[in-house]
This record gives sequence, C-alpha cells and structure tokens, in this order.
Amino acid sequence: MSAGVKSLLRGIAMPFLLLIVWEATCRAGLVSPIMLPSPSAIVVKWVEWLRSGELLLDVLGSLGRVTGGFLLGAGLALPLGLFMGSSPRIYEYFNPIVQVLRPIPPIAWIPMSILWFGLGNPPAIFLISLGAFFPVLMNTIAGVQNVDGIYLRAARNLGAGRSTMFRRVILPAATPYILAGIRIGIGTAFIVVIVSEMIAVNNGLGYRILEAREFMWSDKIIAGMITIGLLGLAIDQVMNALNNHLLRWHRGMES
Amino acid sequence: MDYISISNLSKTFQGRDRSVPALQDINLSLSRGEFVCLLGPSGCGKSTLLNSIAGFIQPSSGEIMVDGKPVREPGPERGVVFQEYAIFPWMTVARNIAFGLEIKGTPANEIRDRVDTLLDTLGLKEFRDRFPKDLSGGMRQRVAIARLLAIDSPVMLMDEPFGALDALTRRTLQDELLRIWLESGKTILFVTHSIEESLYLANRIVVMTYRPGTIKRNQIVTMPHPRDPSGAEFNELKRDLGQLVMKEQERHTSDEMKAL
Ligand SMILES: Nc1ncnc2c1ncn2[C@@H]1O[C@H](COP(=O)(O)OP(=O)(O)O)[C@@H](O)[C@H]1O
Ligand SMILES: [Mg+2]
Repeated sequence: MSAGVKSLLRGIAMPFLLLIVWEATCRAGLVSPIMLPSPSAIVVKWVEWLRSGELLLDVLGSLGRVTGGFLLGAGLALPLGLFMGSSPRIYEYFNPIVQVLRPIPPIAWIPMSILWFGLGNPPAIFLISLGAFFPVLMNTIAGVQNVDGIYLRAARNLGAGRSTMFRRVILPAATPYILAGIRIGIGTAFIVVIVSEMIAVNNGLGYRILEAREFMWSDKIIAGMITIGLLGLAIDQVMNALNNHLLRWHRGMES
Repeated sequence: MDYISISNLSKTFQGRDRSVPALQDINLSLSRGEFVCLLGPSGCGKSTLLNSIAGFIQPSSGEIMVDGKPVREPGPERGVVFQEYAIFPWMTVARNIAFGLEIKGTPANEIRDRVDTLLDTLGLKEFRDRFPKDLSGGMRQRVAIARLLAIDSPVMLMDEPFGALDALTRRTLQDELLRIWLESGKTILFVTHSIEESLYLANRIVVMTYRPGTIKRNQIVTMPHPRDPSGAEFNELKRDLGQLVMKEQERHTSDEMKAL
C-alpha cells in the first residue's frame, strides 16, 4: 500500500470508529435522542432539510451576509489602513479611536445595532462588517508600515507618482500582511454571522439551529452545526487558493 | 560645461548624541559619457554622495547640478542600481523592466518590443515570466540594470552593485556593464570599495577619505578596455591606490576600536 493511502486510512479510522460507537450507543437506548441523536438520524434529517429547499436558502442567506458584511468592512478598512500606514499624520488622527474601539467584541455591539438598525439584515451586516473591519485594518497598517524603503526609493527613482506608488508598490508589497488580515477578518465575520442570525433575522444557518432548539430537534441542530463547519471549511479552502495565487511571487522567498 | 557638477557639497548627519560629518566640501565634475568609480573604505561617505546625486539625500550645504539643472528630488534621468537589487518581488522580470516605461505612459506595443530587446541583451530571455525569487543574485542585478536601460537613464548611479556577487558572476557583469557603457555612452558613477574593480572599469577613480569624507585623489586611468588585471600598469596602479586606501582604512579601524 502506498504511503498516501495509508495516511488516508489512518485519517478515516478514528472518525469511523467514533461514528460506530456513537450509533451503537444511541441504538442501545443509552442516551435520549434529544440529548444525542444518532448519526443516521442526523443524516436523514439533513437530507430532508436539503430536499425541502430550505437548506440551500439558509446556506445562501448566511453566505450572502458574510460576503456583504465582509466586503463592507474590509472595503472600508483597506483604504483607511493604506492611508494610516503611509501617513503618520493620518495615523495620529485615527489611531486613538481605533485603539479604543478595536477591543470591543462585535457581539457587544448587538444591543446598539438593533437600536440603530432595527431587525433584519442591516444590523447583521453591520455586526459582520465590524468583525471584518479591525483585523483587515490593523494588518493593512502593519503591512504598509513594513514596506521595505528600498522599494519606495527604487520606484521614486523610476518616476512613480503617488497613485502608482500606492497601487503598484505599497499595495502589493503589503499583500502578505493584508491577506493574513483578511483571513482573520473572514473568520470573525463567520462567527458573527451565526450569532447575528440567532438574534436579528429569520433565515440562515444560525437562525435555523436556534429555531430547531425550540422544537427540540436535536438532529437538525447537529445537522446545522455540521453544515456550518463544512461552509467554514469551504471558505477557508477558497481563501487558501486565493492566497496561493496572489502570493505566488512570495512563496519560499528568502529574507 | 560639465554634465554633473558638485560644488562645495557637505553633509552632516545629525544623530541623537553626536553628529557625523559624512561629506565635507566635495567638489567633483563628470563629463558626459565618463565612467567614474568612487573608491574608499566603508563608512567614508560614498553612498551618501551617490544618494545626494540621486536626490534621496538633501545635502547640508553646496549644490549638485546635472545637465544644467539643480538636483532637488529623485528622477528617472538619474537611474540608481542598488546593492540590494531592489527589483520588485511581486512583478515578473518582464514587468520589472517595463515598470518605468509604464509610468511614463509609453504605448504597450512599444514597451513589449523594448522589453524583448533588453531581455535579449542581458541574457534574461528564459526568465521573462519568472518572479525574482527564482533568480540568482547576478540575474537580479541584470534585471535592475535592464530596468534603467528601459527608461534610457542617461546617468547611471551604481552603489556597490556587484558587491554581493561571487567573483565569477561579478566579472561577467562587469564585462557586460562595460559593453553597455561603450555602446550607449551613458555617464556612470560607480561606487566600490574594491581597488581591483575600480581599475577594471573606470576612466577615472575618485579616492575618498574617511570622516570627514573628502576627495583625496582623482586618478585618471587610460588603459584601454578590456583590461588585463595581471598586466604591469594595472598592478602598479593597484599598489599605488592600495597604499592610499589602506591609510584611510586604518583610520576607520582605529575609529571603530575607539568606539568599543
Ligand atoms: N542616515 C544616517 N544617519 C546617520 N549617520 C549616517 C546615515 N547614513 C550614513 N551615516 C554615516 O555617514 C558615514 C558615511 O556613510 P556612507 O555614505 O553610507 O558610507 P559608505 O557608503 O562609504 O560606506 C558613515 O559613517 C555612516 O555611519
Ligand atoms: Mg555604502
């Protein structure tokens, strides 16, 4: 057997064993199905959920909110970060506010966001964008501040003006930092979307698992949790691919 | 009239607890098409002088004129080749070479032709679409030179450009640079601390002293290219300059001992 197949089998063995023990425990009636539904019951529920078309709407709803909120937050953070990173003056103006607001978890904004925006998508988007905003901002600032001066000098020497300098030198040079910030930002946005759906809207994966709890549908709760996990994994994979593409000049670079 | 003229140039760096007189009362002129080497031990102000001409450093006093205009800021007519290469790692070789032309707004097809020609001239053809991380130091420095040739900088300011390369690569690039210089008639100011390198390349060697940086000697070198580093005249000059530089080096060393 090849090493790849062996490692794959090892990776499958544990979850498989766990599922068997779990299924057996449930079938033997050792736990109530409300406390811990069996894996087969979860799969059945998941298929039912999928067939009804509701699952797709929930996934799209959550994904849409993450995307919208993230684009809003990152879209504001990126230019602000570029300016703050490149101008000590602008940095001095904004840094105190940023330092005070940054440690407030997005979740703590929930009451105010509901007062400001009511219920529905607006407060959710607001909270998600907050979650994405600060990681992208902080990393963009650090990325710009860490651009090696030699590149700035070389570009100035070639006649680069302000806008060329931003677009073709500072931005790409800071990309490794910015992408790291985007990764953290998306992670936070994904946490916040689930929370905000539990509070402000009536679809999406976060809403659905909370709704299922009211009916004690444990199988649906767990099916929802697994869907959330898979969606997070998918987002991470896409980010990985994007990262590898945008940083193909950077991989394995020395010094 | 002199193409580059530096008059009464001084630069003192203001530190926290002390000030460093990096350059003092430098007077130096270069004619169009000259290949001048600035020679001196490290710390004697060679980079400071070069960066002042490039427009990166504002002198404390004195003036630098290039082609009749005072130097105020960096510009593409005074191209710089840095020791650290400073080619952009996020651009392919071709994009690096094209960058200066893109800034100028040169039409795309013209840029392509020019980049292709330069890739050919500098033996970079097969690296066209590679990123700098895949290139050796010598290849990177070729890209940096091609980048200046692309925008046709009439002046090339080179700060120990081959200092980080192995001996063989260095010799190849020196020969290449001489060929480019002879073909293009560019004015080159080349900083080095290697006597051998300055003798192999320059029309004229300007020897600098250590702290304050002043000009100690203007040595005209008339040997025709290509020069033979084992020849009699070459070695006579080498001994002569060697003694001169050694004295400055000793002052540098004793300065460093004092600092300890
Ligand atoms: N930015 C700076 N601030 C303070 N001192 C500097 C600065 N740049 C250079 N110096 C000092 O000026 C002197 C000349 O430096 P430099 O021009 O780099 O010498 P070289 O290129 O000949 O090695 C050195 O003693 C160096 O320590
Ligand atoms: Mg130097």
